[in-house]
Amino acid sequence: MIRFTGGDWNLAEECAQDAFTQALRKWPADGVPDQPLAWLTTTARRRAIDLIRREALEAAKLPEVAMVEPAPYPDDSDIPDERLELMFTCCHPALNLEAQVALILRCLAGLSTAEIARAFLLPEKTMGQRLFRAKQRIRNAGIPFRVPPAHLLPERLPAVLHVLYLLFNEGYTDPVRARLCAEAIRVARVLAALMPDEPEALGLLSLMLLHDARRAARRDPAGDPVILTDQDRTLWDRPSIDEGAALCERALRRGRAGPFQVQAAIAACHATAPTAGETDWAQIVALYDHLARLEPSPVVDLNRAVAVSMASGPAAALPLVVALAETGRLDDYHLLHATLADLLRRTGRRTEAAESYRRAADLAPTEAERRFLTARLDS
Amino acid sequence: MKYLMLVCVDPDLVADENDGAPDIEEWFAQIKENHVVGSRTRPGADATTVRVRDRQVLLTDGPYAETKDLMAGFDVIDCADLDEAVAIASKHPMAYRGVIELRPFWPFEED
Repeated sequence: MIRFTGGDWNLAEECAQDAFTQALRKWPADGVPDQPLAWLTTTARRRAIDLIRREALEAAKLPEVAMVEPAPYPDDSDIPDERLELMFTCCHPALNLEAQVALILRCLAGLSTAEIARAFLLPEKTMGQRLFRAKQRIRNAGIPFRVPPAHLLPERLPAVLHVLYLLFNEGYTDPVRARLCAEAIRVARVLAALMPDEPEALGLLSLMLLHDARRAARRDPAGDPVILTDQDRTLWDRPSIDEGAALCERALRRGRAGPFQVQAAIAACHATAPTAGETDWAQIVALYDHLARLEPSPVVDLNRAVAVSMASGPAAALPLVVALAETGRLDDYHLLHATLADLLRRTGRRTEAAESYRRAADLAPTEAERRFLTARLDS
Repeated sequence: MKYLMLVCVDPDLVADENDGAPDIEEWFAQIKENHVVGSRTRPGADATTVRVRDRQVLLTDGPYAETKDLMAGFDVIDCADLDEAVAIASKHPMAYRGVIELRPFWPFEED
């Protein structure tokens, strides 16, 4: 419909919605047509012609699209699957990140404006305006509706993956918005199916599935977070873990490991260990080494240090975290201080540990984490 | 689609001789097909601002306050879409040494 209306996203959406409304009215009485998709598309196109003609009549000028009668689609299979085009257009770097996320939820996940507004704790009117402006901008700025050509793909695919992962994390960190995880996985599934030769697309889906599989165990009955090693592994969703681990292997076999694949491999190490004690920490350290080369970041260094402490003991990890703390780059990150505190405590430096626990508790973003850290302080 | 490329200086940027920026002739040779018109412009000190208020033409010596002395030139390019416009703008030397703003033309034929 976007193509048919010459890139008018708002008109395309209005007409598509209209077709669905008509279907809801007619199908229960007349029965579902033989080719429902073709029926919907043809109905939406006719509606678009009507609207364009009406507007053109007022302007006394008929644009090209309104002159021709659209040929009805005879068959559902004639309708091209343009979800990839839609995905890449919604995640075009000329749109701001907030708009990209909202567009993906609207156009690919099919959430209503009200649902998206709820997910981002914004008034529906604000979200409606954001979406309207974003769709208008796509047309006015001349953002193309297409999958980018090969030479642009290496920079554009990561942007799409990033938006989907951001969406997932929005739902992952906040149980109230858990639905976003399911939506992100749904869209990532479509992407992985449509780009089976892009190992990072598979890696992203794998990573999401492996994280999401632990959902039920991530919080105790009181709603407080439970750290990975303390989680009840019988609550983990086995089918998701199996699927995620298999996807990760399939992606890595292509020999083009990217950041999402490596993160998925780390998640798979955790998810497939029968008990916390049997986790292959040496393998995890090696994977973090790899990740640090692909995408250097102080957070990756911190996570690597935690893995080192599990593989080789707190004394081996402490200098790494101390060095990281000295750079000052993660000074406001509560997990740096929490990790430091934990390592100091485990190496018997209790006074310094207490100081770091206090600093971590001060910076902790949620009350539950503050409680956890304060409890550690007293233990 | 036509775009105005507003070629601007970035007063905060310290020029780096090894920034790999192509020279302007090189740029023009590559994008000739898309180029409609363009020029470097004189600095803001040579600008004249024109207003009509109460049917009186009022002139001010210097640039319009908002634009200060940022604009160094302009080009009009005709492209298939924003991706092509970005590809052209990002090959311009002033994308390395300043900032380029792309403004799509208002499509009068659709009004």
